[in-house]
Amino acid sequence: MSLTTDLSQAKSRANQRAKARAKSGSDNAQARETSPSPRRRSRKRRERLFQWLFLVPAVTYMALLFGYPVVKNIVMSFQDYTTATFFTGEAPWVGLANYAKVLSSSLFSTSLVNTALFTLGSILGQFVIGLALAIFFQRKFPLNGILRSLLLLPWLLPLIVSSAVWRWILDKDSGALNRFLGELHIVNTGVPWLTSTSLALIAVVGVNIWIGIPFNLTILYGGLQEIPDELYEAGSLDGATGWKAFRHITWPMLRPVVSVVLVLGVVYTLKVLDIILGLTNGGPANSTQTIATQSYDLSFHEFKFGEGAALGNVLVVISLVFAVLYLRASRRSVDE
Amino acid sequence: MTTTKITVRRSAPGRSGTGRARKGSARKGSGPERAANGPGRKQWGYTVLAIFFLAIMLFPVYWMINASLQPNGTTLETSWLPLKPDFSGYATAISEQGGNLVTSLVISLGSVVLSLAIAAPAAYALAYFKVKGAGVVLFAILISQMIPGIVVANALYTAYNDLGLLNSIPGLILADSAHGIPFAILIIRAFMNGMPASVIEAARVDGAGHLRAFWSIVVPLSRNSLITAGLFTFLFTWSDFLFALTLTTTEAVRPVTLGIFQYIGAYVNDWSSVMATAVLASIPAIILLVAAQKYIAAGTASGAVK
Repeated sequence: MSLTTDLSQAKSRANQRAKARAKSGSDNAQARETSPSPRRRSRKRRERLFQWLFLVPAVTYMALLFGYPVVKNIVMSFQDYTTATFFTGEAPWVGLANYAKVLSSSLFSTSLVNTALFTLGSILGQFVIGLALAIFFQRKFPLNGILRSLLLLPWLLPLIVSSAVWRWILDKDSGALNRFLGELHIVNTGVPWLTSTSLALIAVVGVNIWIGIPFNLTILYGGLQEIPDELYEAGSLDGATGWKAFRHITWPMLRPVVSVVLVLGVVYTLKVLDIILGLTNGGPANSTQTIATQSYDLSFHEFKFGEGAALGNVLVVISLVFAVLYLRASRRSVDE
Repeated sequence: MTTTKITVRRSAPGRSGTGRARKGSARKGSGPERAANGPGRKQWGYTVLAIFFLAIMLFPVYWMINASLQPNGTTLETSWLPLKPDFSGYATAISEQGGNLVTSLVISLGSVVLSLAIAAPAAYALAYFKVKGAGVVLFAILISQMIPGIVVANALYTAYNDLGLLNSIPGLILADSAHGIPFAILIIRAFMNGMPASVIEAARVDGAGHLRAFWSIVVPLSRNSLITAGLFTFLFTWSDFLFALTLTTTEAVRPVTLGIFQYIGAYVNDWSSVMATAVLASIPAIILLVAAQKYIAAGTASGAVK
């Protein structure tokens, strides 16, 4: 609120100043109007140069922190880049050997399947629960705003904090979840959530769903608020209420927001590293190893930077496919 | 506080999701007389349901605080309620991780300064000057969000090794700002797009140079968006784990996220200190949520635009 008043005050102040100037400096402005054109052109060029200077730091930073790594990673993926490189400075070219080695290893197929399951499961859970909550919070009731903003907390906590807390909750012997289930007599012995090869991935997906719900809720809630009331009023005259109203009014109107949420979700989930490293470190027996964690392992544990880079590039390509989808989706949402 | 006011007002004209149409008749009553009656029993029922959802979602946060207040040592059975709060976990946490918390704070503040110094002028150029190539820059920002952190870390490690930036605070500030700068540019630009050009033009005609107009007109006017961007940058940097993990090799510079990871990396027999550290590491997020709600709301709203 204060924002708009600030702005209008400043505006009126500026207007006054402009008026005062118009009185005193009109001849000055005239002189500028009649200045010869070559000088004006050079001033224009200088002006444009000045404008660009504002952008230079950001462009430099983006080039150094995003552009350079991508290029460097591509170069490294064709080199035998190991710890020895740091001492000798030599990184012999090996062509496609890194890619061949990484893609043919049995661990790659495991990671690929895990990445797909992790991404799909996380997105599905986050989206469905987030949408359900967003629809629920469209209702008018006391404390709605406060409760909704408190729901953001899981999203704001550092991921490594969430991982630590969930590790303790999911602990086999004395974790809160197993004790809760034990007191309800649902299970008798501790469930090895994070230490069993068949359960660990499910547990990690569950935690990631918990983290992602607030993001989905917030954006979908915003999308729902944008749907004009008149549509529902018109719909109710035609007998579209409840589920019918959702299917024929809410869902089609929400579609652009939905596609943006889903694609952003996929792109962010593909990159996830913190949660998996914090909860299981990729184990037990690689059952939660994804492409991202395996790339980290290759580079920073086995010091095969070339192979890590090759695998990282595979991840970039997968993300890029979704990036194209995202850009198309957002363009469509602008069009509509 | 402001957020709630806004949402209450916004939801006043009888918005109620899918059940909206069904409530066509209730809408008639949703004028002033409805407000005089106050919320009905059904509305309070929804509140109870919402609190129930919130309780489930925030249970891990409760559990973190509860576990942090348990006595030190082997906590085989954490009690459901911290009836006898014990602060030995915090004593251990502060003595072992206090330095790391300070490191995180220094890096986060440094990153806020760097990010705003880079993002604010860029946002101004993109929003106001509409310079040629602005589209390319925005496109690059969007694409940068698709690049996995591990790819950046992989390349930065080798570069930092050559430049001697490993295990250094400036090195981490520089790398961590990658989380905040693209986001900050987008938020601040979205705000500056709404800023009337006449204000800046007036200052320019008054004889103020570009820098002066930017510093004394644009920056004060966009204060709120700068605060929002700064808060999020702080939070992003404070939460950073990947760069802390990959760009440090010794104990010399160790952010608290890495300290927690080291804690849980080994077999844990002292969960109360781990959870106490986790609570301390959550303080910025909790402060932001409580004290700066309107900024958070602004940030998440523009996150959607992104």
